[in-house]
Amino acid sequence: MTLSNNILQGEFGRAGNNAARFGINSTAGILGIFDPASKLGFEDQGKEDFGQTIGVWGADSGCYFVLPIIGPTTTRDAIGLVGNIFLDPVYHVTHNSEIHNGLVGNDNYSEHSYYYYRGTGAVDFRSKNIESFDSLERNAIDLYASVKSLYIQERNKKIANAQSLVGTQDASDWEEIDTN
Amino acid sequence: MKKNFFIIIFFVFFSFILPNKSHAYSSDPKQFISEIVAEAKEILAETNSQEFKTKKLTEMALKIVDIKGIGYYTLGSYRKELSDDQKEEYSILFEQYFLKSFTSRLTDYSDPKIDVLCVEVLNPKYTIVKSLLLATNKKPAVTIDWRVYTKNPDKPLIRDIIIEGLSLARTQKEEFASVIESNNGDITKLFITLKEFVKNN
Repeated sequence: MTLSNNILQGEFGRAGNNAARFGINSTAGILGIFDPASKLGFEDQGKEDFGQTIGVWGADSGCYFVLPIIGPTTTRDAIGLVGNIFLDPVYHVTHNSEIHNGLVGNDNYSEHSYYYYRGTGAVDFRSKNIESFDSLERNAIDLYASVKSLYIQERNKKIANAQSLVGTQDASDWEEIDTN
Repeated sequence: MKKNFFIIIFFVFFSFILPNKSHAYSSDPKQFISEIVAEAKEILAETNSQEFKTKKLTEMALKIVDIKGIGYYTLGSYRKELSDDQKEEYSILFEQYFLKSFTSRLTDYSDPKIDVLCVEVLNPKYTIVKSLLLATNKKPAVTIDWRVYTKNPDKPLIRDIIIEGLSLARTQKEEFASVIESNNGDITKLFITLKEFVKNN
């Protein structure tokens, strides 16, 4: 999915890097268990999704809202979620209609497997970050606003492919404040 | 004569030694952050009690963080609407809130290992110091950038901590704006919320 989105965003260098990583790690890395690609200079440059691609194309984020299980999102990213389904190879392996069309697919898996995979991914993400969520919950005076702010900052950073906040946000507000 | 001599020594001591102690951190932003990281690591050692950690972190925050500046930043455009009395009240409240929140977040960590990597000078007033919280068996590495206010080059102060590209000050600012906006722009409701937070934590 990242590779497809790299190409859709015109990031051909990153697409080449990810194609090389896939080739090396799925063979020499024994189906991705190990990561020899990084040692060869093909570093992991992060995941891309269709929401980011639409953002790169210039779409505004739209309204912010929270979906069950999936969590925080915006209108742009919700549309991106639909796009992700069609770009995700796991969906093509599990989707019944594809099997009926005889294109790709696997009789051993049903379409439900894809949604279990997505759902458990969301639960896994929460469990790995449970301490951060607890801390945020304990210290927030408006938890909804905190999560919204963090989500939008994170998405803006990903769309800009920025390594730090400095390149993606207007810091002019800081310039007005002098205390010494 | 002997008495006068001791009085002079006394004043010389307090004129030079004590001010140096209160500005004990380096004026070089990278060294400044390195010293803070080393001090925080000592404070957050597993063997220290929660009370000790909270007390020491509070003392440290008062010396190294521009709490007043962060307070004004987090108010955004609403700061222009405050009277002088409200500014005074807000500064006191924000400091109490900040210290509670700051120590609560940090005391969850024990023995953090942070490498200070490099600096990026944005302008004469701001320098970003980049660092990395090293990965452990349980957690991946986390990038931490520090926005250091260098208007007074002899006494740098921290104004923001940016974790994996996410600004804590900006998050705080948007949180405060949300509280004010959901109360029809009534800034006193933010004061009440801050008071409740300080009271309950």
